[in-house]
Amino acid sequence: MDDHHSVVERYERIWLAFGLAMIVVFILLVGYTLVNRGGSVPIGTAKVDATKVRTEGEFANPHLERVGDEYVAYMQAFAFGYLPGEVRVRKGAKVTFYVTSPDVQHGFNIERTNINVEVIPGEVARVSHVFKTAGEYRILCNEYCGVGHASMISKIVVEE
Amino acid sequence: MAVQTLSRPDAYAGVPEKKLTLYMLMLGFAALLVGTLFGPLQSFNYAGIDLYRVLKPMIQSYYQGLTIHGVLNAIVFTQLFGQAVMLYLPSRELRLRPNMTWAWVSWWMALVGLLITVLPILGNAASVLYSFYPPLEAHWAFYVGAAIFVLSSWVTAFLTIEMWTRWRRQNPGKITPLATYMAVMFWLMWLLCSLGLVVEVVVFLIPWSTGLIGGVDPLLMRTLFWYTGHPIVYFWLLPVYTLAYTTLPRLAGGKLVSDPLARLVFLLFLLFSTPVGFHHQFSDPGISPTWKFIHMVLTMMVVVPSLITAFTMAASLENAGRARGGRGWLGWIKALPWHNPTVLAFLLGFLGFIPGGAGGIVNASFTLNQAVHNTTWIPGHFHMQVAILVTMGAMGTAFWLIPHLTGKPLVAEGFAVASQQLWFLGMFIMTFALHWMGWLYQIPRRAFIAGSPAALEAYKQSGVWMTLNAIAGIILTLAIIFFFYVIFATVLQNRREPDQVMSEVPFTQVISGPENSGLAALTDRVWFWFGVAVVLVVLAYGPVLFQMFTHINPVPGQRLW
Repeated sequence: MDDHHSVVERYERIWLAFGLAMIVVFILLVGYTLVNRGGSVPIGTAKVDATKVRTEGEFANPHLERVGDEYVAYMQAFAFGYLPGEVRVRKGAKVTFYVTSPDVQHGFNIERTNINVEVIPGEVARVSHVFKTAGEYRILCNEYCGVGHASMISKIVVEE
Repeated sequence: MAVQTLSRPDAYAGVPEKKLTLYMLMLGFAALLVGTLFGPLQSFNYAGIDLYRVLKPMIQSYYQGLTIHGVLNAIVFTQLFGQAVMLYLPSRELRLRPNMTWAWVSWWMALVGLLITVLPILGNAASVLYSFYPPLEAHWAFYVGAAIFVLSSWVTAFLTIEMWTRWRRQNPGKITPLATYMAVMFWLMWLLCSLGLVVEVVVFLIPWSTGLIGGVDPLLMRTLFWYTGHPIVYFWLLPVYTLAYTTLPRLAGGKLVSDPLARLVFLLFLLFSTPVGFHHQFSDPGISPTWKFIHMVLTMMVVVPSLITAFTMAASLENAGRARGGRGWLGWIKALPWHNPTVLAFLLGFLGFIPGGAGGIVNASFTLNQAVHNTTWIPGHFHMQVAILVTMGAMGTAFWLIPHLTGKPLVAEGFAVASQQLWFLGMFIMTFALHWMGWLYQIPRRAFIAGSPAALEAYKQSGVWMTLNAIAGIILTLAIIFFFYVIFATVLQNRREPDQVMSEVPFTQVISGPENSGLAALTDRVWFWFGVAVVLVVLAYGPVLFQMFTHINPVPGQRLW
């Protein structure tokens, strides 16, 4: 029995060493992706008064701007849709999104990309992405926002 | 001399804690019954079939039903099961009685809190789901009831700790027995981590919903919610871990491999459960990526106790299988008592916990999380953990615990076995489908897609996976009927056969005990470790919370359902 027990303890040490090594590998991989592909991580750039989003500041007139070779989009996620209603950009250009909400929390998830933002009233989130293939990309609300939540779908059109 | 009496003999005379435990347990299972009955409606929704139209006008919407499902299953049932088991096990193990007056106070608080919470939900005045993110604003009664309900668990926590300190005074220098140690660590973890939810509800949401303050800061509310919201999953899990460590090896016919390692597991949960909440907020603006990364590393530390548990449980079950005559590399698995509904429930539960844990590591990996955040992958993941291991562990335990508490033998054991097989099968199919729908098609969680032509058009590619949800819904409905038939038929029968039920809690023997173990002695310095846990939380949360509390950006409430 004692013999068997020391075998068990040895296996346990091997198992834990393996587990800890995997954890270290995962952490390193996440660190690598953060440094090299960090644009999709939402950054809070400003605090705003949610009740004035529709009337004052950049978000009162949601729009897409062309800045040199890049695009900047100021977008509202509201109950239950997105403004501007459709975004058209050229393939291969970097698009930076600034998103906020005038009412409750929403999601801003662009399908087939890593863009996945919690849109929180009072907070402005910034993310960026380069669309490498032309086509339509839906924007999906993935945070419960009320009775129209499931239909809160918009789109980005990426042109050749 | 025969004395005629009109009142029934009190089956709980001399053991009042049995009655209390039964009441906690059955209140929890009653909540689970109502909550799970809404489950198939959810899985049919993700098959594109709207069954909610049948429930009108009683239930107004999918979101109202989902609120009932989440609140009753994930908050009410789980807490009541913890209150039942994590006071009763130490009480049996120490052979001490908790203060029964306060124990009943805790039960009444739970009941009253539950009723106050449920009323506005039934009136469609609180369809805010169980995360109730402001600025969606529920009726004030929802928050008041929830606060009373959660504070009832603090009473149970203090009762358990009081019992343990009483034992310590009577047994100076002795190491705390294992189940009691687990219960004490469990309650200390909960006292530390439930603080976020209590502050959110008592300091902000109740004054807000009653009109005393005009708005609350949604980001701060999310942060306080997730301060409790991740460790709460260990609050759900640890009663089942405790039962797995202290009863499962014996029920399976073997012994627990190591007592000191089991203590280490619970100590690690006390230390690392709480300072990890930002991994639910990877997608939130307003928290810097550096802090998110720190919480991710701490989250990875919580993987360690579950890795130890996987090993220890497997080794203990191997011990049981070999003691039952199993031979060879895998023969011991076949030799386990799969026909015993309790053992079956735990075995299948742990089987589901393995892929569920792997998925959890994906969620915890900051950048990988972006591919799955708030998609159906997430309910797929947590149903594997909570609806498979936690709920099956509770159901499996009920099969011996209810007979033990009442003296009434288990009715229809065949149905009990079938309920666990079907539950596992249904949950496995459903969680499998939800994982793929979220990962491949980014279908959002918590979305009434069956009622939205736009959504059905958008997600039509995932039709095959959606069909699996409908199949799972049917299987799970059967499992629910079988399980609740067994436990209610057991508890409501008149037959008491005390010699046919377990008269004692089946505490397991251990191969390697706590005596002369430096590790066991070290882990037994409970208050020192609690202090370390507090310091870790202050370091991991202090600066961010200080910043948020000093820059509150209030937003008025909305009711959009």
